[in-house]
Amino acid sequence: MAAYIVRRILYVIPILFGITVITFILFNMLMGDPATRFAGKHATKEQVEVVRAELGLDKPLPIQYINYVKQIATFDYGRSWSTKQKVSTMVADGFGPTLCVTVVPFVASIIFCVGLALIAAYYRGTIFDKGIVITCLGLMSISSVVYVVVLPNWLAFQAGLFPISGWDPSWTDRWQYLILPWIILFVLSLGPTILFYRSVIMDEAFQDYVRTARAKGVSSQGVFLRHILKNAMIPIITMVVIEIPFLITGSVLIENFFGIPGIGGLVFKALNESDFPVIKATTVMMSIAYMVFNLISDVLYSVVDPRIKLS
Amino acid sequence: MAAQATQPQTFAASGAVENKSKPMRNSLWWDAYRRLKKNKVAVVSFFVICVYVLIALGAATGLLYPNVALGTPADQYLPYSWSHPFGTDVLGRDVLARAVHGTATALSVGLVASGISLVIGLTLGAIAGFYGGKVDSAVVWLYTTIDSIPYILLIPSLTFVLGRGLINVYIALGVTSWVTLARLIRGEFLKHKDRDYVAAANVMGASDARKIFRHIMPNVTHIAFVQFGLGFVSAIKLEVILSYLGVGVDVSTPSWGIMIDDAKLELARPFWGNLMAATIFMFGLILSFNLFNDALRESLDPKLKNK
Repeated sequence: MAAYIVRRILYVIPILFGITVITFILFNMLMGDPATRFAGKHATKEQVEVVRAELGLDKPLPIQYINYVKQIATFDYGRSWSTKQKVSTMVADGFGPTLCVTVVPFVASIIFCVGLALIAAYYRGTIFDKGIVITCLGLMSISSVVYVVVLPNWLAFQAGLFPISGWDPSWTDRWQYLILPWIILFVLSLGPTILFYRSVIMDEAFQDYVRTARAKGVSSQGVFLRHILKNAMIPIITMVVIEIPFLITGSVLIENFFGIPGIGGLVFKALNESDFPVIKATTVMMSIAYMVFNLISDVLYSVVDPRIKLS
Repeated sequence: MAAQATQPQTFAASGAVENKSKPMRNSLWWDAYRRLKKNKVAVVSFFVICVYVLIALGAATGLLYPNVALGTPADQYLPYSWSHPFGTDVLGRDVLARAVHGTATALSVGLVASGISLVIGLTLGAIAGFYGGKVDSAVVWLYTTIDSIPYILLIPSLTFVLGRGLINVYIALGVTSWVTLARLIRGEFLKHKDRDYVAAANVMGASDARKIFRHIMPNVTHIAFVQFGLGFVSAIKLEVILSYLGVGVDVSTPSWGIMIDDAKLELARPFWGNLMAATIFMFGLILSFNLFNDALRESLDPKLKNK
């Protein structure tokens, strides 16, 4: 197993290289001349040339790539085009608000959905189970943007339960603005999460060991809690760990709608203002974070389930 | 003597088969088709999908609501009525007409984007699984890398770099969504390439292309079929999100996402037409597609059915 973990960690190197190459192709080669965009529509040719030299875009591509890797290694992505702040500070400042928004509904949804999926799987085939499946499919058939638009209208605008949107930099006063985003994220996660956990638990419910346990006289509740749930924990844990990086990317939709100054809101603002360095920095940094969490989940997986080996 | 005696018997046997109304075809696809036909949910959702396709074709050919982009500002925000079941929007355009034309946009995004990902995923997965070695490592490296970039950032970045527009949405969704298919197809090819029938084809002198496309591919297309359906649904959902965020199709293209974006500020008026129309149209399509996908997967893999 140690050999597997070492190999899995070494595999990070080619993936890291791949991420830099793909984002480099995306932002330095496919992008239609960032210098013209930066200098603005009315800039003269000389001004554009000055900007190009400033951004290092007049150098040959291999040199540009090396500079790009240097940027990534030193976390120095220069300054934002629109606010002139340092990009690395902007991204670092976004972590707090984003995590405030995402962590609570994430945990709540895991507990609630695993519980409900267990009950649905236990009563499989009954009206109760079918009702849950149909409700989940129905919830998933509505676009997530509809929830983001409608729930604030009902709960905040019409019922007046929460402030519609806003943000407070102090930790103690921001909670009133967070409850509505939490509710929306929780509702959004219900459909796919319950269905996923239900199918994972059902997969286990038909294994041979379940029949053996029943045959030796374990009660059906006992089989569910002691045998099936224990084995279903492996895919459940994997799923949870894989979802963790999404806590950082946050929800672009939610942060954009509520004006929360997190990573998602930052990305969206940057897209609208063509703020190239910010888009580049968030994409690269989030990819690396995502990769690291994938690594952790794979290693955890191999610890929990020793049958796994890297082929 | 013995040979002569058996001959009439075989004739009789084959005659008996022909006497049956239809010979039972027993390929995977016929089995699946028979199972699908028995599944009422599948039949109904297939019918609904067909209705959507007809609506989309009608909109694309200009038979339904040819003047979708025309509206008189005097008709702004008309309430629901027989001539405008969902009312009219800020420019006085009929909301139902926009939703109908949005269907064409949505279906075209689903079809083209998952078509692109089907071609890339099948080709790369087949090549990687069949040839193994360095080719395999390269393909696995490529898809692991793409998989490491969160799609919620990769896709908007792509449309940002390429620019807004329907074609760029096709490309952005297509080139980012082939990873799962390639991974599955690669796994199947790894399994199938060492089977006896491939060895037999090899002995008969079949070329690699023939072995891949003629021999192995028919055994894995059911996976591609199911993945195509799943990709179709997720492409439609992502297009709505992208267009809502303003990095999807052009504002002039009718799209459910743009309608919901318009609705964001209209709910306070209150004008719910845009939101209702887009949500209802999308709900029917996604729900029936999801149900049909499930039924299809079940019918192609009968073992699942008992669960």
